[in-house]
Amino acid sequence: MGPIDSLRWFVPELVLVCTLLVVIVVDLVAAGRGGGRSSAWPGILAVLGAGGAVAATIGVPTLGLPGLVGAAPRWLFGRMLVLDPFSVFFKVLLGLALLAAATMALGSREVRRRPNEGEFFTVLLGAGFGTMLMAAAGHLLMAYLALELLSLSAYVLTGFPRHDRRAGEAALKYLIYGGVASGVMIYGMSWLVGLTGAMDYAGIRHGLLQLAPASRGAFFVALVLVLVGFGYKIAAVPFHMWAPDVYTGAPLPVAAFLAVGSKAAGFAILLRFLHGGIGSEGAIAAVPAAELLALAAFVTMTFGNLAALGQTNMKRLLAYSSIAHAGYALLGVVVLGETGLQAVLLYLVVYYLMNLGAFWAVMLVANHSDREDLEAFRGLAWRGGAVPAVALAIFLFSLAGLPPLAGFIGKFYVFAAAMGEGWYWLVVAAVLNSVVSLYYYARVVRTMFLDQPAPGDPPLVFRIADLGAVGALSLLTVYFGVRFGWLLERTMEAGRVFPG
Amino acid sequence: MAEWVLTWTTFTPLLGAVVVLCLPARAVDVIRAVATAFTVPSLLLAGWLLLHFDPSNTAPQFVQRAWWIETYRIEYFVGVDGLSLAMVALTALLSFLCMLASYGIERGVKGYFALFLLLETGMLGTFVALDLFLFYVFWELMLLPMYFLIGIWGGPRREYAAIKFFLYTLLGSVLLLVVLLYLYFTPEPHSFDMTALGALVRDRIPLSVQLLLWFGLFIGFAIKIPAFPFHTWLPDAHVEAPTAISVILAGVLLKMGTYAILRLNYGILPEATLAPLWGYPVAFWVLGALGTFNIVYGALCAMAQQDLKRLVAYSSISHMGYVMLGMAAFTPQGINGAVLQMFNHGTITAMLFLLVGVIYDRAHHRDIDGFGGLAAIMPIYTGLTGFAFFAAMGIPGLSAFISEVLVLLGAWPVYPGLAIVAASAMVLTAGYLLWALQRMYLGPPNPKYADTGWEINGRELCTLLPLAAIVLFLGVYPRPLLALQSPTLVELIERVQRAVPEPSETMLAETANGG
Repeated sequence: MGPIDSLRWFVPELVLVCTLLVVIVVDLVAAGRGGGRSSAWPGILAVLGAGGAVAATIGVPTLGLPGLVGAAPRWLFGRMLVLDPFSVFFKVLLGLALLAAATMALGSREVRRRPNEGEFFTVLLGAGFGTMLMAAAGHLLMAYLALELLSLSAYVLTGFPRHDRRAGEAALKYLIYGGVASGVMIYGMSWLVGLTGAMDYAGIRHGLLQLAPASRGAFFVALVLVLVGFGYKIAAVPFHMWAPDVYTGAPLPVAAFLAVGSKAAGFAILLRFLHGGIGSEGAIAAVPAAELLALAAFVTMTFGNLAALGQTNMKRLLAYSSIAHAGYALLGVVVLGETGLQAVLLYLVVYYLMNLGAFWAVMLVANHSDREDLEAFRGLAWRGGAVPAVALAIFLFSLAGLPPLAGFIGKFYVFAAAMGEGWYWLVVAAVLNSVVSLYYYARVVRTMFLDQPAPGDPPLVFRIADLGAVGALSLLTVYFGVRFGWLLERTMEAGRVFPG
Repeated sequence: MAEWVLTWTTFTPLLGAVVVLCLPARAVDVIRAVATAFTVPSLLLAGWLLLHFDPSNTAPQFVQRAWWIETYRIEYFVGVDGLSLAMVALTALLSFLCMLASYGIERGVKGYFALFLLLETGMLGTFVALDLFLFYVFWELMLLPMYFLIGIWGGPRREYAAIKFFLYTLLGSVLLLVVLLYLYFTPEPHSFDMTALGALVRDRIPLSVQLLLWFGLFIGFAIKIPAFPFHTWLPDAHVEAPTAISVILAGVLLKMGTYAILRLNYGILPEATLAPLWGYPVAFWVLGALGTFNIVYGALCAMAQQDLKRLVAYSSISHMGYVMLGMAAFTPQGINGAVLQMFNHGTITAMLFLLVGVIYDRAHHRDIDGFGGLAAIMPIYTGLTGFAFFAAMGIPGLSAFISEVLVLLGAWPVYPGLAIVAASAMVLTAGYLLWALQRMYLGPPNPKYADTGWEINGRELCTLLPLAAIVLFLGVYPRPLLALQSPTLVELIERVQRAVPEPSETMLAETANGG
């Protein structure tokens, strides 16, 4: 489909880009008029833009917006982007991640009322645009560009607190690791192009089917090199080293966006590459790709959980926890069939709810105390913070995978997918990992509920408006733990990648 | 109407938890009254179930089933049979009595009662669930409230005890999760139906894998029982938990281990249960021999305790050993004795923990040697304690006697050696209980407490007397309960025994095919 015809199917992304441009102008005007004082408009516009992108994807019949749900799968802009249920699913999920990050940023002390606040939302919108492109990219070049768009925006967002040593260090580390990883990845992509003679996923898959057996070794090398780049985005071990420092140094809304949006986009690009570009027949069956992914899943979750055990900073703890969760989700990637794909999608939705909620609850406390260490949460439930404490407990137990919370459903389907394909050792390792993870999640809960507040701990007062988002996310976490049929149907619809 | 009974029984407490959460935190008396009131419907419905249950029918009754997630064939499937009915009644009864025993809780009353009600839903649900997925959800649902109830309202080392309990039981339940997934994927179409899985997976899983699954389940449940060497969480959890929670822990949660072994290990993997291992069936080793070891080990540990609550906790380990031994025997007496012992231990140990709670509330310590001559100060309390101790010892005329003798009678023809050891261990039981009785209650009154005027109060009597009545009634006339459970249990062990291939018949069949 040509560029002009494609625009009709590109509305959500267009909404984001237009909002981005408007935010730049508004920021300029506001800065000029207010004499350098910050204005809330860029943030509000970013929230509206993200919401608009989601609405444009789902469609609002009363406003005459048709939406993209149910549209026939097709190529867009030549063979650059793909529109299929898979990309629509991710447009919604990633749009919601952007929406949440922007809303969080509006209520964050680390972002609001800083001199360059407008730039923050501009770059955040750019990052959100990048994630949406990643989910839709059906061409190696597009995949690379989308990944870089997200990465470059994320470096800037991480270093947003200017003159803050931790943020500066984190941004630099992120940049260096990211540069190396994407260099390795594009090198691998060049091998793939050389082997198959194509850059779009349909062409690559076609080429791989006719690959000479002698070239399988080269194909495996190319695959591993490409996976390095994707592994870096989802923070899989051993490409995770940036994550703890970046999560700690970056403002909380950015950390939440990286943990939820960027990681989901990483999984989107990985899944489309594997399912759309590589397929499950031909050369892939002859190389130990599944074994390699299984090993990565095992190492990632085990390392993440063990490293989280000793953390006393909440951001760092959540960073290691999110590494571990990438490992659980990889379990579904190991299964190269549709059940695995659906399980990962379900996992990402559930992970979105509980991890976002956890970051948000941490931010509420951090806004009050300016601290993110475990001590700041001592006796939280007994000094006015009962609602955030209960909500955070729900998120953490959900992350640990206890029923009847949504996290259990996510884990259950991923484990079931792996079990159905005979990956018994991996499932046993994963459930044992869940036990380990409970220890550090419960330690936070213990601090909030079982420990008494020390005499010096200030009582906290939360406004209803602050608690709304956290309360809604925790209710959804419980709701989807019990009534997950709807969610399951959505992921089953989305779990079919357009073959092209 | 009848099909909704179990759903109402299970979820009324949950409804109560929501209502309690909506009450203002300061209205302590209202919260207590409302929470107690919300345990009454379950108790009444459990009574209704006992009256309307048809003992001759071994299939689950009062069944309600509907698709929960149809695409994955997960059902909401509940029902009771002779195995679970008594447990449902016990849970409802102890929950109600423990509400009364919880009025001493001063801090965070609202949270306490809401979590307690949530716990009750989890316990009842575990006993009535007949879909494996549903069973797992209820099984895990109990963990969270228990963690907080021990961790917030417990004794000085509560944090350690709570997390130890939590991690141990979670380790057990994730093993259960793996086995559950394996079982689910075995038949076509996949199924979580506990009542049908046994037949569906039969002949589809090689015996070696069955054994692995069997032990996976067993370890998960042995942690709950708790069987040596998985028992170390229990003394800590019991000692630190508030009185009512100890009662629930010992009275109901421990039974879930043995209940689940009967339901899952026996019901779904019968062949592995009786598979030969070193000349004896698996059940002999891990239930019979280990159970007998538990009886002796628990009794010896109890004898060494200074803390009365720790003593009662170890006595639980000892008494649950009888349940395991009775299950291993595969005789009608043995299995009936085992399940009856589950019920009897539930009532007796509940009394013991409540009695410990009474003295702890007054003296704020539980050191056995720190009292002396309490009989003179608190005659009624001493009388009740004596009654409970004698019941725990297995004195004829009280309920534990019947169940322990049934277990021994059932075990004798099959494993005489184990029966002799188990019977001899009763001397140890009498030893530690009588010794404690003597040190605490007899002799000259401790001058420190001589003029305190302590005596058990009316509310505490209300929690103890119903249990005492049940202990006495079942000690004299156990027939009603035995009649309820016996057909189901006998059918269960016969089903397990039938599942073991007879070597001669197989050979005959092969010869016939070959010919």
